[in-house]
Amino acid sequence: MSAVVDTLRLTAEEALALVERGDVSPAELHAAYLDAIGERDAELHAYLRTVEYDGATSIPIALKDVISTKGLETTAGSRILEGYVPVFDATVTSRCRQAGLSVLGKTNTDEFAMGSSTENSAYGPSRNPWDPARVPGGSGGGTAAAVSAGLAPWGLGSDTGGSVKQPSALCGNVGLRPTYGTVSRYGIVAFASSLDQVGPVAKTVRDVALLYRIVSGRDPADSTTVELSEPVELPTSERLDGLRVGVPRQAVALEAIEPGVRAAFHSSLALLGELGAELDECDLPLSFDYGMPCYYLIAPAEASSNLARYDGVRYGRRSDGATYRETVERTRDDGFGDEPKRRIMLGTYALSAGYYDAYYGQAQKVRTLLVREHAAAFERFDVLATPTSPTVAFPLGDKAADPLAMYACDLLTIPSCLAGLPGLSVPCGFSEGLPVGLQLVGPQFGENALFRAGHAVERALELDLVPERLR
Amino acid sequence: MSTWEPVIGLEIHVQLKTRTKMFCRCRVGFGAEENSQTCPVCLGFPGALPVPNRTAIEWVVKLGLALGCEIAERAVFARKNYFYPDLSKGYQISQYDLPSCVNGNMIVSLAEGQHEIGIVRAHLEEDAAKNVHVGGRTGRIGGAEYTLVDYNRGGTPLVEIVTAPDLHSAEEAKRFLQLLRQTIVELGISDAEMEKGTLRVDANVSVRPAGSEVLRTRSEIKNMNSFTHIARGIDAEVARQIEVWESGGEVEQHTYDFDVGSGALTARRTKEEADDYRYFPEPDLAPVEPPAELVDRLRFELPELPAARIARVMKKLDHDRALVLVTGGLDRLWEATVAAGADGVAASNVIANQLVASGARPGAVDPTELAKLVDARERIPRATFAEALGKIGDHGFSAEPYLAMESVSDTSELEPIVDAVIAANSAQVEQYRGGKEGLLGFFVGQVMKETKGRADPRVVNELVRARLAP
Repeated sequence: MSAVVDTLRLTAEEALALVERGDVSPAELHAAYLDAIGERDAELHAYLRTVEYDGATSIPIALKDVISTKGLETTAGSRILEGYVPVFDATVTSRCRQAGLSVLGKTNTDEFAMGSSTENSAYGPSRNPWDPARVPGGSGGGTAAAVSAGLAPWGLGSDTGGSVKQPSALCGNVGLRPTYGTVSRYGIVAFASSLDQVGPVAKTVRDVALLYRIVSGRDPADSTTVELSEPVELPTSERLDGLRVGVPRQAVALEAIEPGVRAAFHSSLALLGELGAELDECDLPLSFDYGMPCYYLIAPAEASSNLARYDGVRYGRRSDGATYRETVERTRDDGFGDEPKRRIMLGTYALSAGYYDAYYGQAQKVRTLLVREHAAAFERFDVLATPTSPTVAFPLGDKAADPLAMYACDLLTIPSCLAGLPGLSVPCGFSEGLPVGLQLVGPQFGENALFRAGHAVERALELDLVPERLR
Repeated sequence: MSTWEPVIGLEIHVQLKTRTKMFCRCRVGFGAEENSQTCPVCLGFPGALPVPNRTAIEWVVKLGLALGCEIAERAVFARKNYFYPDLSKGYQISQYDLPSCVNGNMIVSLAEGQHEIGIVRAHLEEDAAKNVHVGGRTGRIGGAEYTLVDYNRGGTPLVEIVTAPDLHSAEEAKRFLQLLRQTIVELGISDAEMEKGTLRVDANVSVRPAGSEVLRTRSEIKNMNSFTHIARGIDAEVARQIEVWESGGEVEQHTYDFDVGSGALTARRTKEEADDYRYFPEPDLAPVEPPAELVDRLRFELPELPAARIARVMKKLDHDRALVLVTGGLDRLWEATVAAGADGVAASNVIANQLVASGARPGAVDPTELAKLVDARERIPRATFAEALGKIGDHGFSAEPYLAMESVSDTSELEPIVDAVIAANSAQVEQYRGGKEGLLGFFVGQVMKETKGRADPRVVNELVRARLAP
């Protein structure tokens, strides 16, 4: 444990206050986290690389390795980007720097953010601070493990189908996937462009809201971004009177949800009621029946195109061949792991002449229906509630050989991602001694309502979210 | 033997002369140091995103309006996926099923009347980079030792224009292209120069028995870098196809390169599999939805177009003269000069040749004065006429003083001068009569000098010859 601060318990808000008051210098704080990393990360492997303090004026932050950092290697967990050092910062990186945040390091991720356990990282898996035999979730398992184990006060991940929310749930953090278009994707190594969204991970809802305030807003370099319709509010209220919470019948009915997770979820619904919220069931039949297949057509299709630039010609890894074609084939064969290859093949197929209408085209139509179905639900509700993940953290290797079982981890997070909607995962209890996450989904630009609801739950529960074995 | 009708469609790429590239703010330029006009976006670095160039979007709308197209209220950028080193992202951003402009036409004026050429579509896309194949004899990829890539051109805005297969001769194709090029140049959106590659043309060619409505297998001709080459390439391919059909064969779908030196067509190696570009809507870009007010404004600002002007000029002149006037920006002066009373052909000759050579700016010329000069051009000395044209662009120019200097052709006025010249140069007279007939010019010159150039040289010639006859 560091002499300066207890990084295990320190929230970002508290850290900011310490620096503001001059109790701790930014350099000391940065060093304290590097010490903690030195102490615990050999076991957890949350970080792919760390950085010395660079003169920043505020607190540190961890960045998922899909986020470009100027002058600092960015690999997206892939061998094909080994040695690639960006010449530019992602917009979110520069916004963090402008806010005075110092980059602590780059955190581990499933290769190109494809996975739900970080076991697909070419640099080895990360481990769950609650039980190192278990996965931290994914793809943003590195950031989640780092925040949970006190190796960063907060961090940024990227969420395509659940990569911020699911690991946050499995590690006992708060994680936000924002409304599509509210955070710039410029400089984020792309997986599936119409779904990728950068989101904050932290110990508290207020921390998440603070970080969202820093990174959100229109960016001229990303023409799919918009200005927030209302400023980010830091939640204060501990009551939820009048908040209308919908519980999708089809989500709760999923057999994949473990009993322990179900129990924690139901008690958090009861809590929402006690806090003054009005609960009712709702129907999202298409979303939970077709969300998953729809996602696994659209995301791989876009990925197959996004990953085409890795040809060994301009940057990253190259495996030389006798001809251009052979060089490209060898580079990609050597550089990509199994999961990117699987998705490139799926996506290439879905976009092929003669199959486009049946697969990609059809999936886009289904996606439109999911958007409408969600919009209809938000005419009656302010927030929808489901568990974030059907299970708690599972043992390493458990699903690694079964892609479909791995894909099922995102059953509950995918539908709202397809609809472009914000989702917040908040710890809501434990099962088998492991954290369970409550997913709160809002309408477009509904982040403030999610923060209010999440904050009230957090305050009412007062869970100790420092992993038991590290206390 | 039946007669054959060629069926030709063109695919034209025009590089827009916007200041910056299509999806990043790198400079567009020709001749800069290799890879100096690049950034993370046009180099396809991980995470870099395209942001469309507003000017390019306006210009494609402008061009679409000039080509009589419907302007899409919602056009969509799409990714065209394929691997090639000149393609930094592994896909080209283009427009596919929802292009910016569709269903237009352009009227080509022919001797036998006007012919409407359909424009299927005009869409925006980004140009590829430039591969430089090093080693090997041909400079082509086959046989090269290695390839360098210059990404300066990568991402330059391109408009692709696709015509319907409405053209039926090489000559018609050439006229269409001349007209299209002039339209593009006048809109100010591109220099459209084939030799610089800012205008590129591929031709799809087939033939069918005259009178038939069925389209037969076509071939594609690429790499033609002037209008003349295009016409030659089309003629060569038409002849080849007719020969194939007439000898009982079957034309196969092929792509040919036109060899400038030999004028021959060489077939490209056939690919093993068909291209599948796996087009899908570009998720990094919002659809292009030009506001109605913008389209209306651009429509309102459209100048009178070359096609209409050529058609009008051709009521009085042949196509070649009309084309020269319109492409030279001289047609408006010609029309005004003719309106002021000048003969059409004479005015066209004077304007397109002498006036241009004199360096006078067409816009500064008073057509009424020009008409007077054109009318008098056979009556006044050539030197006087040239002098007048040299000054016609000056402010307040009047033709009157020049018109007053009509040539002297009256023999009674010229004879005494000729006699005086002969009397004053007896030595030369001696030589001339001794056989040195080349001295004729000397005497004529002396007479011209005495008359300050006003004498009609033909009359002087005859007089001198008669007087010196032994």
